[in-house]
Amino acid sequence: MAKIKGAVTVNKERCKGCNLCVVACPTDTLSLQPLEVNDRGYHFAYMSNPDACIGCCSCALVCPDACIEVYRVKLD
Amino acid sequence: MKPEEIIDPANRVYARPRLLTEVNTHYCPGCSHGVVHRIIAELLDEMGLEDRAVGVAPVGCAVFAYNYIDVDWVEAAHGRAPAVATALSRLSPENLVFTYQGDGDLAAIGTAETIHAANRGENIAIIFINNAIYGMTGGQMAPTTLIGQRTATTPYGRRVDLNGHPLNITNLLAQLPGTCYVTRQSVHTAPAVRKAKNAIKKAFENAMAKKGTSVVEIVSTCNSGWKMTPAQANEWMATHMTEHYPLGDLKNE
Amino acid sequence: MEEVRLMKGNEAIAHAAIRYGCDGYFGYPITPQSEVLETLEALMPWETTGMTVLQAESEVAAINMVYGGAATGKAVMTSSSSPGVSLKQEGISYIAASSLPALILNVMRGGPGLGTIQPSQADYFQAVKGGGHGDYHMIVLAPSTVQEMADFVGLGFDLAFKYRNPVLILADGIVGQMMEKVVLPPARPRRTQQQIEEQCPWAATGRHGRAHRNVVTSLELDPAKMELNNERFQRTYAAIEASEVRFAEHYTEDAEYLIVAFGSVARICLKAIEEARGQGVKVGLLRPITLWPFPKAEIDRLSKQVKGILTVELNAGQMIEDVRLASQCRVPVAHFGRMGGIVPNPGEVLTALFNHFPEAKQ
Repeated sequence: MAKIKGAVTVNKERCKGCNLCVVACPTDTLSLQPLEVNDRGYHFAYMSNPDACIGCCSCALVCPDACIEVYRVKLD
Repeated sequence: MKPEEIIDPANRVYARPRLLTEVNTHYCPGCSHGVVHRIIAELLDEMGLEDRAVGVAPVGCAVFAYNYIDVDWVEAAHGRAPAVATALSRLSPENLVFTYQGDGDLAAIGTAETIHAANRGENIAIIFINNAIYGMTGGQMAPTTLIGQRTATTPYGRRVDLNGHPLNITNLLAQLPGTCYVTRQSVHTAPAVRKAKNAIKKAFENAMAKKGTSVVEIVSTCNSGWKMTPAQANEWMATHMTEHYPLGDLKNE
Repeated sequence: MEEVRLMKGNEAIAHAAIRYGCDGYFGYPITPQSEVLETLEALMPWETTGMTVLQAESEVAAINMVYGGAATGKAVMTSSSSPGVSLKQEGISYIAASSLPALILNVMRGGPGLGTIQPSQADYFQAVKGGGHGDYHMIVLAPSTVQEMADFVGLGFDLAFKYRNPVLILADGIVGQMMEKVVLPPARPRRTQQQIEEQCPWAATGRHGRAHRNVVTSLELDPAKMELNNERFQRTYAAIEASEVRFAEHYTEDAEYLIVAFGSVARICLKAIEEARGQGVKVGLLRPITLWPFPKAEIDRLSKQVKGILTVELNAGQMIEDVRLASQCRVPVAHFGRMGGIVPNPGEVLTALFNHFPEAKQ
């Protein structure tokens, strides 16, 4: 069976740290930065558990700031 | 495989839509407006309507919608977007004309314009963001505020004897012969966003096919006004808002 | 082709709109101007020139349709009467603030409130001092004949597009309702989409390959930029004041007394002046055609020549304030007005002149 591997990038300066992507992610890939903030003071989202990502786009679909890009590969 | 190996343009399955401008929106973190803007920007690009779309922005939180979606816009007076869109559409019938309105704009001050444009069957798409509150002015009661819901002007909760009933205007619009497609959607989960996108796509298609007025209500959140986190607001919306504003198609002709 | 017809002022507006290539009319019935919409619906210009005609659900909707139509660079208009024009004020302010060309007709009736359906000129202040909110001006044209009703549609659109500013035709119930001979202009075709996009590069026409989006808005939250917007409006108004003042004069060359009146009332005054001249009294008439910009310089000049000025208006005394300012109170400025829909006859005007300036009789 082919295995799907994904990854996302978050435009950290555009992210407002709303956490909706974190909630939407079915594989608990994402978290908000616990300490670090961006130039506007937001705890931006990042892949805290990159191995779990399946590239399903749920995070990008619910993101109000269009700051997530999603990548996906099929591994044989 | 490491993320650095996967993150390659060849593997990209989702990117920021081309027709969203580079500026950061003024919306609060977690606001539904941003999601709906993104959907519209995606559709205008995918449907090849970039050159023929004219949006009508409301007064309310979305007043600056014209700063974010890279097509021609007209900013209307409060509530008058359907009247403005009527003229835009009749004088430029080759264009896609859509309004983007909140609950106060569409269902309070602009009720007459909304109902009459829809009743005339103007060939426009109406995107209606219903978050049951006046966001821009600081969280006052909207026509769609639920009974018991606390706002700046219903600090002890909306009461029927004082404030009347929540106005379900989308149900009213579905009864008008001028509307061809009336639907109620949400954007609080990934599947909901996919469905909402399909609904707005259909509304745009109807407008281009001159089938009459399409209304897409997006039952939304205003986490700032509701005084919740974005995730809590989504949950509250799914539990309470959809009870009074049930999701799904009301009319599809 | 030019055509000579007998018709009401309101009907002339409708015919002229089609002949001057108007793209869209949006209106709501109200007496005494409903013939404009009725005539357009009967003429069905959408079958000939392609002009859009729509009966809106309210005056508010109608003016906002005009705002939307104007935002696409099209030549659009609305008409109403006093209470309806009050409703339009918000929209007019937005049109002015968005620098849009548009034509608005007010066939004034007596007020305030629901008032009467009889003629009045009591909306002078509303027309020339703003009406809606904010620092703005409309170009205000005051027709006194059915011919001018027709002519000012063309002039109004020309000025509206020249300055990207709304133009108001401030008529009264008399000019709207009375029938007169009118020479209708030869038809000029509606502009093509290409002509519109060349003339109005700012219009929300859809991008059609344009590199940037066009946004029509009156909103600017940055106070420094909003002040710049206001300064731009004021420059436009200064240019209009410098170039577009229009007026007509009768018997002013040797006048010792001056009557200032606009619209239909000016014609009544002219009759009174002819009677006075028959009695050897040297009275002249200045009829402002543009109420804004106001013929200040001409009144200033005449105030150095005459001994007294009488303004005659169908109101309690509105234009008199501008006449006093323009004449710098060099000579007494008196007012004679009828209100509530009453129209004075020439004898009343003459009596008023002699009451205010008894020395004129000698």
